Amino acid sequence: MTHVRPEEQAREPGAVGVPEAEEGVRARRMTGHVSRWMSRRLRIGGRGLVIAIPYVWLLLFFLLPFAIVFKISFAEYRLGLPPYTALVEWAEGTYLRIQLAIGNYQFLLEDPLYVEAYLGSLKMATVSTILTLLVGYPMAYAIAKARPSTRNMLLLLVILPFWTSFLIRVYAWIGILKSNGLLNNFLMWTGIINEPLPLLYNEFSVYLGITYSYLPFMILPLYANLEKLDRSLLEAAADLGAKPWKAFLTVTLPLSVPGIVAGSLLVFIPAVGEFVIPDLLGGPETLMIGRVLWSEFFNNRDWPVASAVAIAMLVLLVVPIMLFQHYQARDAKKES
Amino acid sequence: MTTLAAATRTRTKPIIQIQDVVKKFGDFTAVNGVSLTINQGELFSLLGGSGCGKSTLLRMIAGFEEPTSGRILIDGQDISGLAPYERPVNMMFQSYALFPHMTVEQNIAFGLKQDGLPKAEIKKRVAEMLELVELGRFAKRKPQQLSGGQRQRVALARSLAKRPKVLLLDEPLSALDKKLRERTQLELVDIQEELDVTFVMVTHDQEEAMTMSTRVAVMDAGEIIQIDNPHAMYEYPNSRFVAEFFGSVNMFEGVLDEDEADYVTIQSPEISSRIYVSHGIAARQGQTVWVAVRPEKVFIGRQAPDVTDNVDQGTVTDIVYLGGISTYMVTLDSGKVVRVTVPNITRQAQADITWEDRVWIHWNPESCVVVTQ
Repeated sequence: MTHVRPEEQAREPGAVGVPEAEEGVRARRMTGHVSRWMSRRLRIGGRGLVIAIPYVWLLLFFLLPFAIVFKISFAEYRLGLPPYTALVEWAEGTYLRIQLAIGNYQFLLEDPLYVEAYLGSLKMATVSTILTLLVGYPMAYAIAKARPSTRNMLLLLVILPFWTSFLIRVYAWIGILKSNGLLNNFLMWTGIINEPLPLLYNEFSVYLGITYSYLPFMILPLYANLEKLDRSLLEAAADLGAKPWKAFLTVTLPLSVPGIVAGSLLVFIPAVGEFVIPDLLGGPETLMIGRVLWSEFFNNRDWPVASAVAIAMLVLLVVPIMLFQHYQARDAKKES
Repeated sequence: MTTLAAATRTRTKPIIQIQDVVKKFGDFTAVNGVSLTINQGELFSLLGGSGCGKSTLLRMIAGFEEPTSGRILIDGQDISGLAPYERPVNMMFQSYALFPHMTVEQNIAFGLKQDGLPKAEIKKRVAEMLELVELGRFAKRKPQQLSGGQRQRVALARSLAKRPKVLLLDEPLSALDKKLRERTQLELVDIQEELDVTFVMVTHDQEEAMTMSTRVAVMDAGEIIQIDNPHAMYEYPNSRFVAEFFGSVNMFEGVLDEDEADYVTIQSPEISSRIYVSHGIAARQGQTVWVAVRPEKVFIGRQAPDVTDNVDQGTVTDIVYLGGISTYMVTLDSGKVVRVTVPNITRQAQADITWEDRVWIHWNPESCVVVTQ
């Protein structure tokens, strides 16, 4: 890196004011400098490059789209293409006019539809997360307790549904739950019921769909956590007089909290914005923000309001998560 | 000193009786027909290499493993089939197994809470335990904020808090460094005497077993080879295995020649003189036996000693200076290497003997032990 320095010093005076005759020399120096700069970058690079890849990925596929959506959320609806007003434009060709419309956000607060949809989504996601946890925890626990050979098979079974498209699996539930579907037909055949149960197009079917679809996301982090649990801790608990159930409550459960949190976040976050499941399995009364967003965008073609809904949803989700992580990091720091 | 004091106290009330216990894992027999009795107030060690079955035996007493056959009695009661949480023993784990999400205090209180003791009583007992292991200042800390030695004491306090009849210790000191280990050995013995709890300790370290125990059981391949107090184990090993496991030893293989009631002689191709032992042994003439001589009982010198038995000449091939003692490796003319340790009494001690010197070695007839297996 040191050998770059004289080159840099040589460039400095040249950059300030170069006589005509030295123009060519300067140009050559500049190209030499650029290549050297490149190689220096790359040399720092190796490792830097590896770190850069995820950053570039996030920049391209998260930050950039987010910025675009963020921008649109401050525009106003208009007829035409694109269906929103520009934020920055030349007014009468002389000065820049920046127009930020915060009306979209105001609108979200004023129209009860949006607030209700948000709350509906949060309720749906919360209940589904709890259901997923209740179903997933025993499964993860059983897998972690199984013999190593059986364990891999069970994990494979957990992941197996991913081999079929998510959409098809949700459709399949329609076939099972509808009035003359598998389940109702079976129950009527056994004589337990006389008329079909209303299993589809209500909150029940949405809960079922979300719990079913997101179960692997709960099981896997929980399994990873439970599998690491030091067996001797449970032996110590038993040795000190704790019955198995008590040992579970006082040792296993508190130590699996990180797994519960990770699994719950993985289920809760996508569940809040879920669109496909409530749209396919939900009834008209299932009000979720994902559906509102979709109809705002595709039915009303109101991109700005749709963007504002998206941004508000993001903020509503990200802020509590960041706070949570902040406190968790602080606790971890305090402990070490 | 503590050990001797404890050894002289008479311990006759049996607290643990292990009767013909066998433990198999599939085809592998981890414990093979072990019977032993441990008395009230003893500090009993199970000593052996890894895989000898000592930990399995301990885990069977704790209730983490069930014997394939045989019985274990604690205080006269058969505990087979009792779950670990129903047994009147507590265990201190090799890894300590402290609950990472609980403070030192909560860890110690855990067992007392399971018993449903009143809060005030728990508080009192925890304070007592903290005082016992001198960790009062660290009561509110989590285990990961403590040093290895402090964690070890928390583990000890936690396992003693319930005042068990028997405390099981699985390699209690193996995670500590040498200095700390030596100090903690004596502390453990003091605590054991103070509380008068029976300790059953598993260890692979013969020095540790020797320093701490009232009695030691040496195990190999799932069986008990010898049970004795450390002194007898060292001076009167019953087998080559015990002699070699318990400290270092020079072993001469030979054939029993004269077999009298008050002495025996042995011919060994490994040493040019006759081996003379000043006590009778239970063996037949012509039988192959082994003579064990501890390195510190062998004399080394440049002049030929005035004896005809237990003597030979050799070359010093190595010297290990250990501060307090020096160890000489003497290669006899037979090719046998004899280890001789000599205390360094003066600063110049043994300075005259050096590498490649021709030296004489000999030992007294009462200094050696004959083993037949």
